[in-house]
Amino acid sequence: MKLQRAHVLVSVDPETVMAGAKEVEERLIKEIESRGLSDEIKVLETGTLGISGKGVVLVVYPEGIYYENVKPDDVPKIVEEHLLKGRPVKELMLPELPVRAVKRETVGLTRKQVRIVLENAGVIDPENIEEYIAVGGYEALEKALTSMKPEEVIEEVKKSGLRGRGGAGFPTGLKWEFTRKAEGDIKYVICNADEGEPGTFKDRLILEGDPHKLLEGMMLCAYAIGARKGYIYIRGEYALSIKRMQKAIDDAYKYGLLGEDILGTGFSFDIEIKKGAGAYVCGEETALIESLEGKRGQPRFKPPYPVTHGLWQKPTVVNNVETLANVPSIIKNGAEWYKKFGTEKSTGTKVYTILGHVKYPGLIEVEMGTPLREIIFSYGGGIKNGKKFKAALVGGAAGVFLPDRLLDVKMDFDNLKEYKAVLGSGAILVMNEDACMVDMLFSIIRFFYHESCGKCTPCRIGTRELLELIKKVRKGEGEESDLDKMIKISESMWKSSFCPLGQSLIMPVKSAIENFREEFVKHLDKEFHCENCRR
Amino acid sequence: MAEMVKLYIDGKEVEVPKGTTILEAAQKLGIYIPTLCYHPDLRPTGACGICVVEVEGAPTPKRACCTPVTEGMKVTTNSKSLRELRKGIIELLLSDHHVDCPSCPANEKCELQSLANYLGVDMNALPKILERKPLDETSIAIVRDPNKCILCGRCIIVCNELQTVSAITYTNRGFEAHVDTFFSMGLGNSSCVNCGQCTVYCPTGALTEKSEIDMVWDAILDPDKHVVVQEAPALRATLGEEFGMEPGTVTTGKMYAVLKKLGFDVVFDTNFAADLTIMEEANEFVQRVKNGGPLPLITSCSPGWIKFMETFFPDIAKHVSTCKSPQQMFGALAKTYYAKEAGVDPSKIVSVSIMPCTAKKYEARRPEMRDSGYQDVDYVLTTRELVRMIKEAGIDYKNLPEEEADELMGMYTGAGTIFGATGGVMEAAVRTAYWMITGRNMEKVDLKVVRGIEGIKEAEVDIDGLKVKVAVAHGLGNARELLTKVRKQLEETGESEYAFIEIMACPGGCVGGGGQPKGSDFARRARRGEGLYKEDKSLRYRCSHENPAIKRVYEKFLEKPGSEIAHKLLHTYYFKRNIVSGEAIEEVTHKH
Repeated sequence: MKLQRAHVLVSVDPETVMAGAKEVEERLIKEIESRGLSDEIKVLETGTLGISGKGVVLVVYPEGIYYENVKPDDVPKIVEEHLLKGRPVKELMLPELPVRAVKRETVGLTRKQVRIVLENAGVIDPENIEEYIAVGGYEALEKALTSMKPEEVIEEVKKSGLRGRGGAGFPTGLKWEFTRKAEGDIKYVICNADEGEPGTFKDRLILEGDPHKLLEGMMLCAYAIGARKGYIYIRGEYALSIKRMQKAIDDAYKYGLLGEDILGTGFSFDIEIKKGAGAYVCGEETALIESLEGKRGQPRFKPPYPVTHGLWQKPTVVNNVETLANVPSIIKNGAEWYKKFGTEKSTGTKVYTILGHVKYPGLIEVEMGTPLREIIFSYGGGIKNGKKFKAALVGGAAGVFLPDRLLDVKMDFDNLKEYKAVLGSGAILVMNEDACMVDMLFSIIRFFYHESCGKCTPCRIGTRELLELIKKVRKGEGEESDLDKMIKISESMWKSSFCPLGQSLIMPVKSAIENFREEFVKHLDKEFHCENCRR
Repeated sequence: MAEMVKLYIDGKEVEVPKGTTILEAAQKLGIYIPTLCYHPDLRPTGACGICVVEVEGAPTPKRACCTPVTEGMKVTTNSKSLRELRKGIIELLLSDHHVDCPSCPANEKCELQSLANYLGVDMNALPKILERKPLDETSIAIVRDPNKCILCGRCIIVCNELQTVSAITYTNRGFEAHVDTFFSMGLGNSSCVNCGQCTVYCPTGALTEKSEIDMVWDAILDPDKHVVVQEAPALRATLGEEFGMEPGTVTTGKMYAVLKKLGFDVVFDTNFAADLTIMEEANEFVQRVKNGGPLPLITSCSPGWIKFMETFFPDIAKHVSTCKSPQQMFGALAKTYYAKEAGVDPSKIVSVSIMPCTAKKYEARRPEMRDSGYQDVDYVLTTRELVRMIKEAGIDYKNLPEEEADELMGMYTGAGTIFGATGGVMEAAVRTAYWMITGRNMEKVDLKVVRGIEGIKEAEVDIDGLKVKVAVAHGLGNARELLTKVRKQLEETGESEYAFIEIMACPGGCVGGGGQPKGSDFARRARRGEGLYKEDKSLRYRCSHENPAIKRVYEKFLEKPGSEIAHKLLHTYYFKRNIVSGEAIEEVTHKH
């Protein structure tokens, strides 16, 4: 390996590609070459840096300087001034650094992120397995395979307190233990990468930014539960994720980290990618399994749970991307280390997608238990353009609308429950005073109406009834009793829908109407303040 | 011994084997939990949510139909909140349902209707969101009305799992989700074999037979037409239950009486043709045994099975008997033999059959079924349609004095009667084959090993030292299983362990046919079958070859079993069919 004095990381993800990341990268290589700097400066593609709405974003190491909205014509200047003469181009730099990788030792500093899951995202070249290995990748796998029994791996995960990041927060170690103890020789591990929650792209960041971390997590799971085969069920629209995961899998095979007799330990494991076809319900684990089996994506009845009757009726672990990406660090550093982060019952960190009317939309990873107010106002930079905060939709479309008075909630599984809210997908959609709650709720109901699988009556027809009612209210044609009818229908959907899809609509419906009832009533009186409704 | 679990339902203690559902445990206690999508014959899907119950400690209600019991579980089946929840679901369903109960073919048989009544639901609690969709009328036998469908999923499970035909499935999602055929081409252009089991299991009027009632009324009222009617064996064991009698009650005499009252000119009986079928089929079997095959011989009287064979097993067509079904043998004779004997112009004869079957509607219209020179059978009514006609005419069936059938083609034996139950054709054929080979009747004509509701039955029959292995399958899923085994044996060794196989498309045989009353389950089908065996036992003649009317038809018209004229009128040939569209591709056997 040549010794390079600087690295330029180009964030390559669907958003930056649209903004011209590939052109910028080409220009960079050309300009560096023309100045004879190719041996000294390396240009790398990396996953999304978690910065949204800022065009093409670059980072120059070792300084760690971020450039935003870079156009191909800006490149000569950056190369000439910064890379050749060492003078950063101030006018292109990000004014503040909302997201920054920090070393673990600096944990505890306020307003700094704690990156475990995302430690390598935006730092290494995700398409280069050697870079992952160079930062300590696959050490956990080696440790587990050579010095730990499968039961010990499970024990460590149990002790770490890791809980599923897919939404429900089920203890991961326990799930693994059930599967290991379930009868049968054939077992499976499935990574749920069917990220379809509106406004959520945390899993994509991991898939694109650090694919080997996910693979390593899956391998550890497979070793622990006794699986030989794993599947990654990736949302079909995630073309770059699929490409990078496939590259990572291919490289892992080449390096003997997948396939037969891994690292000469007798452990064998294969991973295959399956593309989802765009159904939201396939994020539900049993519907995902049905889809994986080639059937219509509809949820199965539980019990029996996948841990005993999963894929092809065999014991199966289904874990979210973020959950699995936590595991290598836990095995490498130990449960005690991991438990230092987060709260007692919700250990570790959580990756959030902050979107909406904030100054710095994007992705952050912070400790469990961080107050929502801090996430929005410190990490998200608060409301942009001097507007006032109105509401945050927390947990994705199946989440809860929280007004200002509830913002001090600490974000972890149990605290949120007290607010009748959920962590869900980790999406935080922030709305300013101009946002229309009726219109928001309309969008959410329309989404559920569209994504219901149609299997069970309460969800199939309930979503339609709700849609008819909110349409009426939105146009100012409803009555106040329609609001109560909506709550009643969604309550009955919560009680009698077959799967979480129909059960969870109660959260946005009830929280929107109860916390912002005045605004709904104003609509009924045809007092609109938003253009969408007035039309 | 299975592990037992103790639980409490509405305060009552009950002990049931592990794996039992809450619903089954409640049934054991005699506690009623309302259900809609659930059916005892089918795997529960949990689609509707009507059967929700409260379980202590659970945050939300559970579906009783698919939640297994756990030790110490405390279940409440009836509370204000549950009643409201159930009512709410019915209200949702009704808001998306074409409510036209009085004119709906499922009226009084509709499970949605009866639940709505039971739960006291306001039909107009929610505004209608129903968007009227076109009916699927592409099939000769079955009509689908998507405006009445409640997506319970029963028809899909029946078609895909019970019958393994897979003509229908879910398509689209959410509110747009519906039951459909491949590329929405319609049932008539699908692999549907017209068995009609979906119409029996459908809880509403979304799946029904294509009605021919109006045509039959017109024919009856037309003074120029001479309307001849035949009724299948299974009818006599079913009609009674539709008029408040116990399932399995045989009402042959009332059945004749009601048909005469409705205005049919001549009332014959398909049982006569069943006896005739046995003569031809037993003869075919004996000839095949003597002439070295091909064996096994497989029965051919179930038209659902025939289309299934043509679609999925055309390679074994030469094993299927060339005999037409009793309905079609009757049809061919009505416009030839009967016309001649009675001196009636065959062009004026309207031949009506009443069948427990929807596939018979399709069979009657197969282009090759015109050996009399006319369409052999003009109209086919299902049991359900006849019941509607009786009700329309306001006849008190239960108290009707019994009458006899007309003699020429109305006399029958016990062998003809048991055609209506699974195993019956086999048993009847063995009785006559034995006589044909040995020249004498069996000492005991009862062949009980092939009776009963088990899916695939096997037996070895001893015909004077000749050991014959036979098998009986009912329900097309069972047929597929048996035939897959036979096909493998034939491929590997050129022969099969079986010499004679009976296949019926419908579970239970014709008593469980697709034209039978809605809402029946396996248990009820078995009781109807028992009714037929009871009649068999009570009859003077129990072997087809003893039937005086059969002797007469051979003497006067058909010469002998397997004669040239018998072949012309009573035998047929088969096609290979496209597995997607059901279209005939080519003949795979040929007419003699």
